[in-house]
Amino acid sequence: MFDVAIIGCGVVGAAAAYELSRYKLKIAVLERGNDVSQGTTKANSAIIHAGYDPEPGTVMAKLNPQGNRMAKEICQKLDVPYRQIGSLVLAFTPQELPVLHTLYERGVQNGVPGLRLLSPGEVSRMEPNVNRTAGALYAPTAGIVSPWEYALAMMETAVKNGVSLFLENEVRSIQKKDGGFSIQTGSLVLESRFILNAAGTHADLIHNMAAQPSFRIVPDRGEYYLLDKSQVECVSHVIFQCPTKVGKGTLVSPTVHGNLIVGPNNEPPRNADDVSTTAAGLEQVARNAKKSVPGLNLRESIRNFAGVRAASDRDDFIVEEAPGAPGFFDLAGIKSPGLSCAPALAKLAAELLREAGLKLSEKEEFLDERRRIRFSHLSAEEKAALIRREPAYGHVLCRCETVTEGEILAALKGPIPPRTLDAVKRRTNAGMGRCQGSFCGPRIVELLARELGTTPDEILQDGPGSYLLTGETKGGCADV
Amino acid sequence: MTELTCIVCPRGCRLKAVRRDDGTIEVTGNACPRGEKYAQTELTRPVRVVTTTVKMAGGIHRRCPVKTDGAIPKSLIFDAMRQIGRVTLHPPVRTGQVVLKDVCGTGIDVVATRDLS
Amino acid sequence: MYDLIVIGGGPAGLAAARAAFDAGSRRILVIERDHELGGILNQCIHNGFGLHYFHEELTGPEYAGRFIRMLKNTGVEVLTDAMVLEITPEKQVTIVSRKNGYQVLSARAVVLCMGCRERTRGAIGTPGRRPAGIFTAGAAQYYVNIMGYMVGRRVLIVGSGDIGLIMARRLTLEGAKVLACVEIMPYSSGLNRNIVQCLQDYQIPLYLSHTVTEIKGDARVEGAVVSKVDKNRRAIPGTEMPFDCDTVLFSVGLIPENELTRRAGIEMDPRTGGAVVYENRETSVPGIFACGNALHVHDLVDFVTEESRLAGTEAAKALLPRAPERELLLRAGDGVSYTVPQKIRPGRVEKSAGVFFRVRRVYGKSTIRVTCGGETVSEFRRERLAPGEMERITLPAALLNRARDSLELSIEEEKS
Repeated sequence: MFDVAIIGCGVVGAAAAYELSRYKLKIAVLERGNDVSQGTTKANSAIIHAGYDPEPGTVMAKLNPQGNRMAKEICQKLDVPYRQIGSLVLAFTPQELPVLHTLYERGVQNGVPGLRLLSPGEVSRMEPNVNRTAGALYAPTAGIVSPWEYALAMMETAVKNGVSLFLENEVRSIQKKDGGFSIQTGSLVLESRFILNAAGTHADLIHNMAAQPSFRIVPDRGEYYLLDKSQVECVSHVIFQCPTKVGKGTLVSPTVHGNLIVGPNNEPPRNADDVSTTAAGLEQVARNAKKSVPGLNLRESIRNFAGVRAASDRDDFIVEEAPGAPGFFDLAGIKSPGLSCAPALAKLAAELLREAGLKLSEKEEFLDERRRIRFSHLSAEEKAALIRREPAYGHVLCRCETVTEGEILAALKGPIPPRTLDAVKRRTNAGMGRCQGSFCGPRIVELLARELGTTPDEILQDGPGSYLLTGETKGGCADV
Repeated sequence: MTELTCIVCPRGCRLKAVRRDDGTIEVTGNACPRGEKYAQTELTRPVRVVTTTVKMAGGIHRRCPVKTDGAIPKSLIFDAMRQIGRVTLHPPVRTGQVVLKDVCGTGIDVVATRDLS
Repeated sequence: MYDLIVIGGGPAGLAAARAAFDAGSRRILVIERDHELGGILNQCIHNGFGLHYFHEELTGPEYAGRFIRMLKNTGVEVLTDAMVLEITPEKQVTIVSRKNGYQVLSARAVVLCMGCRERTRGAIGTPGRRPAGIFTAGAAQYYVNIMGYMVGRRVLIVGSGDIGLIMARRLTLEGAKVLACVEIMPYSSGLNRNIVQCLQDYQIPLYLSHTVTEIKGDARVEGAVVSKVDKNRRAIPGTEMPFDCDTVLFSVGLIPENELTRRAGIEMDPRTGGAVVYENRETSVPGIFACGNALHVHDLVDFVTEESRLAGTEAAKALLPRAPERELLLRAGDGVSYTVPQKIRPGRVEKSAGVFFRVRRVYGKSTIRVTCGGETVSEFRRERLAPGEMERITLPAALLNRARDSLELSIEEEKS
């Protein structure tokens, strides 16, 4: 029997696993996808918010500034790309200035350090490409991160510290048992004292397997442009617009990978898994974004994507024991600032578990470190020494991002090895560049097939069923 | 009168071909004599060069590019592909090496188009 | 210290290296990132290459093979499985390879022959899902021709560029059903012969003034929607056609690969995506030359060879610094998108200088007019001009010596 079963391995599930793995507990994580971060975690704005946006007194407000501080620390420990570049919320007209004041006040109440209201002149000096403003709110503690690597790093560390990860195990049913729960996936039956429901856009479905419905996920889709690296100098901070009832609005920001991200909007998807982009949605994002940066060059877009936020029919995060199902804890409705709050949310979840009777005694040997070789970031001497030690680092596979075979082989030896093209991309950046994998893709497929002992037509692009190739040419006869 | 595009060279001359009373074909629009020949052949017995690959076993290459060493009747293209698909080559291979003689009884061989060791 | 380092062992690099050898260079190194020479030609197993240069119709590998063989017994060094990370204006070339590790080599001259890459679905922003089964035509070509795997069973081809047309035929021959080729412009950008032998031969419909407006499918492509576009290339509502495909191939353009060029601070031409060059293909950095698809996207490899032989020959001669020389700027006038070269130094031209250019739209009977200071100095007639067919004119040395400041190329269509 497990002490805790975490359902969902996005950034919230991963953070919870990481947090709980420091204690002497038997933890299981159940994920329906074939990799970590396959849901909203890989398709969002990638911002670690400063924390002035949530209303004081809410769970969001309590967790955001703490999560912001923890993000910086965790990213350093676990070698996750993170840059504290600060953010500006722009007021385009004097009528919008009161909104800035409200956010400022909220921020102060929430304990956000360093907030400052800027004059139009200060804004143009900081950001010459940004539109004329009536002023802006500057938050120096806002940052940008690689969201999937954040989740991966925490989950890899959890696995290194003994957490069991069950990929491709979608939870189908949950029963109460003596002392806990029995959980069935397609291929597993697993028992656990406690459950943490971190199932993102499907959190209500999971909740309803164990308890009476008490909330509904109302999925909210946002579409994005990702611009070529040549555009990254366009702005140097995260550029927000004044928030509305629907959300924080469309932002323009550098990414930690050196691109420019533009988006999102808010629109209802057809269902919780509908991550389509639409012509109308992208046009709306373009219109919105150009209010902030009129000269935005969207022709330099290398990719569009959409993510679905797990908003709910409540305003705040739902962090509570499910009524009528003691031991089942929801970490649900985690829309923005979910990414920013994740590790703080995990600590809160641990606290709730402790109050519910779970004994948290710290491990003596907790491995709290992670290092990843990024060939393109190494100095000339480091590159030379590395290739001498391991010649595979001399073989560059991804030309756009300068990713080597050595890095892919290292990922294959990691705690959660990649088995698909996109899993390799999330771990090494290969395929993330201008050519979007059209050059390196086939070569990585060859490498994966070789290393995994299978054939290229068995290699998937990402989730289950995403086959790339449909058999051999020449009628598919096996090699002699 | 038939309008057709010559495929002999990348110029792609737009040809007009008229069948005369005596059965011969008059061609206009061609920039060189090859175009005239092309139109006449195309209207009577259209032919194409087929380029494809064959399986390779042993060595580091899985496929070797090949071509028909001349144009074969268009109607036989898929039969030729099937016959070529049954070939397995072993390295070394030289450009021009015959990998399949007399494909589909056309009298035309299939040859390798690459040196592979 | 090498006399010449050639970056790229495809058709451009091979021709440049041999030409440099013919012109007397002796320490020449060709650096190629793949494990063998030949570049993109290795996967271009179709024919149509060499009609101009060899007066024979060859397949891509045969064409490459001729130039690979030309390097034998020349002493030209070849380093394969090696990636150039950086070049400096001082012609220091940083390379990584499994075999030699991390190296910095010096050369008296460098020729940039990196070729180009393909535009992607992301670059044209096709809405919809992002399932598996979406490929650029070149990536699909590699899977099919080099690795020997099929990329799908029911294929929609976006873009009527030659690579897309060639793959339409290739996939059909290997048993796939190619449902259609859709082209956003009112004319195809591929060669007419490919429309015939790749689409018409197999009854594959070509929809001009159409584009894909949605891709469906969660894990794998399950369909696509194609719409007609108006003269501003915007989708016309109500014209949506569904296609039951499991694969979408994008053949929507090539972009010269110039990361190394930009990082070396070499002046770039935004119209070509490649470096600004003089008549001998020298860039703004003396001793660094560019040719082939890295300089501007070519239609025919024969012209790549010609241009690269020029660059290689000139690179071999680029040993001594020269005094400042008179330059003529070549301007792209009415109807002309760009010219390569962009600048000519008349003092360097012995007999004549060839000028490559592309037109902005399809033209019928036309005159290519060359003017200097508003006065016509030369005229050339053509029956037909199209953006997908790169053109060439030759300007004699005498004309260049008489000209002052700049020459402008423009197109005048004959009124019918």
